[in-house]
Amino acid sequence: MEIPRHWRLRQQRYGLIGELCPHCDTKIFPPRDICPACGHEAKTSFAFSGRGEVFSFTTIYEAPTGFEETAPYTVALVKLEEGPMVTAQLTDLGDDKPEIGMPVEMITRRLHSDGDERGMLIYGYKFRPSMKAV
Amino acid sequence: MTENKALLKPSRPVGIIGYGAYVPRYRLPANEVARIWVGGRVSGLPIKEKAVPGLDEDVVTMSLEAVRNALKRARIDPAEIRAVWIGSESHPYAVKPTSTIVAEAIGATPHIQAADMEFACKAGTEAMVMAMGLVGSGMARYAVAAGLDTAQGKPGDALEYTAAAGGAAFVIGPAEESLATLNAAYSYVTDTPDFWRREYQHYPEHGNRFTGEPAYFKHSTAAGKIMLEELGTKPSDYTWAIFHQPNAKFPQRVASLLGFTPEQIKPGLLSPVIGNTYAGAAIIGLTATLDVAKPGDRILMVSFGSGAGSDAFDITVTDKLLERRDKALKTQDYIARRTEIDYAMYARMRGKIAMK
Repeated sequence: MEIPRHWRLRQQRYGLIGELCPHCDTKIFPPRDICPACGHEAKTSFAFSGRGEVFSFTTIYEAPTGFEETAPYTVALVKLEEGPMVTAQLTDLGDDKPEIGMPVEMITRRLHSDGDERGMLIYGYKFRPSMKAV
Repeated sequence: MTENKALLKPSRPVGIIGYGAYVPRYRLPANEVARIWVGGRVSGLPIKEKAVPGLDEDVVTMSLEAVRNALKRARIDPAEIRAVWIGSESHPYAVKPTSTIVAEAIGATPHIQAADMEFACKAGTEAMVMAMGLVGSGMARYAVAAGLDTAQGKPGDALEYTAAAGGAAFVIGPAEESLATLNAAYSYVTDTPDFWRREYQHYPEHGNRFTGEPAYFKHSTAAGKIMLEELGTKPSDYTWAIFHQPNAKFPQRVASLLGFTPEQIKPGLLSPVIGNTYAGAAIIGLTATLDVAKPGDRILMVSFGSGAGSDAFDITVTDKLLERRDKALKTQDYIARRTEIDYAMYARMRGKIAMK
């Protein structure tokens, strides 16, 4: 059980809340309070748009403990519109094949449950192919 | 006993500031259920197909997407929201609110009311009436009301053809900021045992034909009729009407009983292609109707929840709808995103395969 860790990370996980460097305007994810670009303190909260594109991906068939329920699933490096690269599952692919450069958007989904069916449910960001208006 | 049919009208006018829908991607055709359980006999199926949630979806994730869509249209600071109320009969936790997770994720915490509603298929409209009261009394500027479900039917049961996933969310606020004003509400409730699920049970029970006349039709027609009587309106005063849609036939019949035409219910009649989304069923009909409505259009919405009761709403579309409608995905955008699955995949996705 890792309740404190899940609780601490909830905002960044639910909504891609990172940080903005007030010195050099770099957008930071995950939040780390120090700007990786200029080394100054960066604690200004910043909500990412959630839009990005697939930089690379792989499909997991032998899932680690706690993630078996949704296997096989695809994990991608997603280059966010604002700059940072995040690792996350792709979901709602349906019959679509994932490909490098595919436009994706962030949604919040159930990542897994902590422990067995008695444990807490962990929610966080995943990405799906960007939806368009009909 | 005296009868008090007075409509529920807030002290200050209120309305819908933003609305959002959500329907998951997967579809199970009704004839696929028939193939498994009745040897493929396909006459008289209640709907064409139903929406099925993905393996990583539940009422928390679906509510969040519907609420985010509503916020895209409302364009308000989430910190100004003072309540998040989510109606469902399939909240993922037995104890721990869906509403706290959704409120946290949209940035509305901590200065809010948060609670989960349960009243079978009318939990979402119950949340809407509460939001009307909170905003209409001046206690809050904005409140979020949502209704979504990942409904389950017992394998082989009549409900398995229709029990679906989806729903809608609304940001309720002052009428002067609204894309549609909520002029009045009226609720008609009795103790009627037409459908229930006991604690720890996975699937609900229902009273077969008893679910029709004494439950759905009695409550829906009474709520609709009293609303019209008290307002002094007639069906032709409304451009659109929406009724709870457990299948394709019931809402069409209740519309006809009350004097509404097939054209009036057309945009909101979604059960043939997404199934019965329970707490989301009437209100996703409203989001689909708002997606095509014009300023000045008047809408009657009547929900129904087993147990049993109906909430009726008198709604008028304002000019602001046109500037906000395209700020988020529309109901039909989600319906068009469709991946068909077979019964085997459905059984896996809905946890019907025993793994231990």
